[in-house]
Amino acid sequence: MNMGVLLRLALLLLLVAFLANPQAFEPLFAPFAANGAAAIYTQSSLLSLTVSHLSMVAAATIAATVVSVGLAILVTRPSGREFLPLSRSVANIGQTFPPVAVLALAVPVFGFGPIPTLIALFLYGLLPIFENALTGLASIPPSVQEAARGVGMTDTQRLLRVELPLALPIILTGIRLTAVISLSTATIGSTVAAKTLGEVIIAGLISNNTAFVLQGGLLVALLALFIHEGFGLLEGALTRRTRSVQPA
Amino acid sequence: MIEIREITKAYDGLRAVDEVSMTIKSGEIVAVVGTSGSGKTTLLRMINRLVEPTSGAILIDGRDNRDLPGHELRRAIGYAIQGYGLFPHRTVAENIATVPKLLGWDRKRIDARVDELLALFHLEPAQFRARMPHELSGGQQQRIGVARALAAEPAVLLMDEPFGALDPIIRGKAQDDLIDIQRRFATTIVLVTHGIEEAIRLGDRIAVMDKGKLLQFATPAEIIAHPATDFVAELVGSDERAFRMLSLTPVSDLMEPGEAPGAPIDASASLKDALSEALWSGRRALPVLRDGAIVGRVTRDSLISRAGRPQ
Repeated sequence: MNMGVLLRLALLLLLVAFLANPQAFEPLFAPFAANGAAAIYTQSSLLSLTVSHLSMVAAATIAATVVSVGLAILVTRPSGREFLPLSRSVANIGQTFPPVAVLALAVPVFGFGPIPTLIALFLYGLLPIFENALTGLASIPPSVQEAARGVGMTDTQRLLRVELPLALPIILTGIRLTAVISLSTATIGSTVAAKTLGEVIIAGLISNNTAFVLQGGLLVALLALFIHEGFGLLEGALTRRTRSVQPA
Repeated sequence: MIEIREITKAYDGLRAVDEVSMTIKSGEIVAVVGTSGSGKTTLLRMINRLVEPTSGAILIDGRDNRDLPGHELRRAIGYAIQGYGLFPHRTVAENIATVPKLLGWDRKRIDARVDELLALFHLEPAQFRARMPHELSGGQQQRIGVARALAAEPAVLLMDEPFGALDPIIRGKAQDDLIDIQRRFATTIVLVTHGIEEAIRLGDRIAVMDKGKLLQFATPAEIIAHPATDFVAELVGSDERAFRMLSLTPVSDLMEPGEAPGAPIDASASLKDALSEALWSGRRALPVLRDGAIVGRVTRDSLISRAGRPQ
């Protein structure tokens, strides 16, 4: 086992320990707390905030995946090719629209709570998955496509048995990007009363308590790191298996 | 039997295949030869309906190939292509099993068929079954590609430049294997190639195409001796035709009783090989070997007289 793996394992243990018993880490954060204020955030349990944060990211990412991959499949079919420019624009607009602006627009309609944040995360997450799914589906070698038709697969069989499995590693890269971006973006959801780790950071900023800002920030950073790593491992395993055929 | 009746494929008014009619007999190998853009691949792809014709019809064993949905038709016709198109995410066994699986064969029958085909193509089943395509050499990938095409025991096998990417030595071996397998299963094979050499070697009959038209459809000997047009003559090549003619006939056809000195030549070798050997070793005659015994001889004069244009 090399140093990198050991380091990651240690960080993971640290993260779990901190979430299980934040008070044990009080001495570490105490130096950053201003004039004897609490060093560990206790308004809500850090564990429940983390779980809520992650569920929100997961929900938005899954929704973005379903819609983006669905669109990418649609526009790579012969019948849907004409929708390619339109789909591209939709995904691009989702990306250019700042999440904060989405929150501002969504709150009057949906009120405070998790919904505006979910919408913002969903819109923001469309583009990376869509573009990657498009690349993945378009980069299947022509000889493989031809063979899939030649052996007598129906359109659906070709999609499910050949195209999607081969595009999967690239699609996963897109999902990873979206998940990591959403994880950090979700923190601003706390400004509109979504329960996320942003609550800790914002509480720290309001009360001038660096200890809160640090623990909120570190938690999000570590979570992002592990999501990134987890997807990376999955992609690596898939890519090794599906490495393209090198014709002689 | 495949009857192609006045088949035409037009793209934006341009005829890629222009009213081609030909009848391919069951169990024969037909080589379709032509330059790129001659329409030979389009013609091939209309047989299994990867391309739909603009007009005309193709009958396979008397049935119009449009009677079945395209994907069902293609499951009944073997298809091997240049580049092989192996599925990179599937093992060798899964690749070969593709069509039987689509047809819903049971597991045991599929496994038995996969092993049978691997053995047929000189690939040890236990060693190759679980390999991934990227772990194979080009020659092995090519064989798996043909094995996959033959997996469901199709009566017709379509091949599009199947040996194009192989080096000459492996190509020769692969061509021999194909002839063996064709003799064994009596598969009707339509093979597209741009090499007249390959067409002469493999084809029972050769179809020459140019600019979408079928120029000549005849046996190799006929094509070499009596090219229908200047294009066919050019394709055969005037400087090589004497030797191409010789390459079509085995030594046994010209064998006569008698003796000759030196190393023998096998009765199944071509006349071209025999003449080459006679010239190289400076002998007037070569002994002929069959099943390990000398059974006669072949003379240089008879070889040379056979190389001339048939009367």
